[in-house]
Amino acid sequence: MLSFMLRRLGTFIPTFIGVSIVSFLFIRLLPGDPILLMAGERGMSDERYAQLMTQFGFDKPLLTQYWDYITGILRGDLGISFKTKRPVWDEFFALFPATLELSLCAIVFAVLLGIPSGIIAAVNRGKWPDQMLMSTALVGYSMPIFWWALLLIILFSGLLGWTPVSGRISLMYFFPTESGFMLIDSLRSGQSGAFASAVQHLILPTIVLGTIPLAVIARQTRSAMLEVLSEDYVRTARAKGLSPLRVNGLHALRNALIPVITVIGLSVGTLMAGAILTETIFSWPGIGKWMVEGIGSRDYTAVQGGLLMIAVIVMVVNLVVDVLYGLINPKIRR
Amino acid sequence: MATDKTPGPSLSGGAAGPHGGQSAVDTDVGSQQVTESSAGSREKPPVNAQVRPGRFREFWSYFVENRGAVVGLVVFVTFVLIALFADILAPHSPTEQYRSALLQPPAWQDGGTRQFLLGTDAVGRDLLSRLIHGARYSFFIGVIVVVIAASSGVMIGLIAGFARGWVDTLIMRLMDILLAFPSLLLALVMVAILGPSLINAMIAIAIVLQPHYVRLTRAAVLQELPRDYVTSARVVGAGPLRLMFVTVLPNCLAPIIVQAALSFSTAILDAAALGFLGLGAQPPTPEWGTMLADSREFVLRAWWVVTFPGIAILVNVLAINLMGDGLRDALDPKLKRS
Repeated sequence: MLSFMLRRLGTFIPTFIGVSIVSFLFIRLLPGDPILLMAGERGMSDERYAQLMTQFGFDKPLLTQYWDYITGILRGDLGISFKTKRPVWDEFFALFPATLELSLCAIVFAVLLGIPSGIIAAVNRGKWPDQMLMSTALVGYSMPIFWWALLLIILFSGLLGWTPVSGRISLMYFFPTESGFMLIDSLRSGQSGAFASAVQHLILPTIVLGTIPLAVIARQTRSAMLEVLSEDYVRTARAKGLSPLRVNGLHALRNALIPVITVIGLSVGTLMAGAILTETIFSWPGIGKWMVEGIGSRDYTAVQGGLLMIAVIVMVVNLVVDVLYGLINPKIRR
Repeated sequence: MATDKTPGPSLSGGAAGPHGGQSAVDTDVGSQQVTESSAGSREKPPVNAQVRPGRFREFWSYFVENRGAVVGLVVFVTFVLIALFADILAPHSPTEQYRSALLQPPAWQDGGTRQFLLGTDAVGRDLLSRLIHGARYSFFIGVIVVVIAASSGVMIGLIAGFARGWVDTLIMRLMDILLAFPSLLLALVMVAILGPSLINAMIAIAIVLQPHYVRLTRAAVLQELPRDYVTSARVVGAGPLRLMFVTVLPNCLAPIIVQAALSFSTAILDAAALGFLGLGAQPPTPEWGTMLADSREFVLRAWWVVTFPGIAILVNVLAINLMGDGLRDALDPKLKRS
């Protein structure tokens, strides 16, 4: 097991270096002078230009720049945002809890609906519940989620007036953010109605962001269950006269869940990509919206930092999933 | 995953190359169809079917078994026809603005007219005509992206699989790096570098999708290389290029074709998403995602400008995914989508 973990870590480090090179090159690959680009139409004085050149280190040789960049990353320094003049690292972690909260809600939503759907479909293979659930899953899988979001807004916010259209909580409530998770902070604030408001704001973004993972998890659970249900030990369990619930729920599901866990872990990338669209539509103050705005306002240091951090998060989660997978399933360790 | 894709002796004879006579392949297919019809259902057929003359009938018989796949195919062909004949089918020009009919609802609603069946958008352009012309863009995006991603990915994958050693390691590490970024994010950033336009969005999406082809091709090559037919071709004196493209590649095509179908729909979705974020096709291009971006401010006032472009994207993507599922089952029943 230890050698498996070391080997897995051995592929992590070169990939991390590669990812850091990609994000490092991002600003250098922009057509034209990055500082003039970020300054936009206004331009700037020669002194200010020279000062910024030194501040961003663009006047040094490329290798030195990269060395400064990667040692900076390891110290938690992602440079200064061009627009807000604040450290990108601080900006990222100020917004990250919002994205994390939304992503966690989305994945819980997807798991809670996806796994039972997959089981029901597998147990009723070929019958109408299977066909209905799997057609729905395929629709979900094919969904342009930015349109799905607009559709839900028309229905639930426009016609029914049940849910708000944007933000994380109603402006009526104000309290200091402690954990950064609106659900926890609103509960802690003790203001009546604050928690309900936070939940209301979460519903539509959760559904939108969770739709594709939900479809993927349902499909994966179904195929994993089908595979397990045809195994000898399941037949033995049935032959012993165990109730279907016990066979399906206990014997089969336990092994079927192994690949499903991997899929859940791997959907972090999907969630991050989905967050870009979902947060933009619902004005959710998280990383995704920040990145899109960064591109729009040419805040390239922020985009660079976000690119790196998101890739690192995805890689770390994949690493953890792989190690967990190795723990659960010894076959994979070879 | 596709380890059990063992070709039967007769099939590998056919796979050994163009020397295997056409008649031999035909009888092969014939005998399989007999067993299939006698067995009734499909049970472990020796499917190693690549699309090629003679094999096609066998592939087709599996494909049409899947009702969803046939529906998908019909819808997809309809979209292609609409794209081809957009100029004839569209009642209006996709960019002409009818100033007297701004945000007019569809024909069946109060205030709608026959002139604009699906209504008009905020500057008075006919929605139906824009949707019909949009089919062109989405088809164009899918084809170009898949061609770029698949051809470059297959080439790189072949090189990695054949070269082994440090070349292989280097290529696969590079692919790992590309795959570490969420695809839409990487495409977004690339478009930021290249500048927002439909062509740049397509290039970015192709680059993001291409590692999947590299991995698939390499895995398939590694699996085929130790086979006898490759050794015999080598002994006969086939050069490396012939080995790559004539001997091995045709036998690796099944998963690549399935991937092509899947990435066709991903390309359409991602291009629409980039268009929606203002980084893909630029207005007034009637690209479906861009149309949705224009419609955002009318979400609560004019449901039709929001609903129809989305339905077009969804139906198109769904049809292609249905087809992809059918292709996968027909080409290689062992290949499972994760």
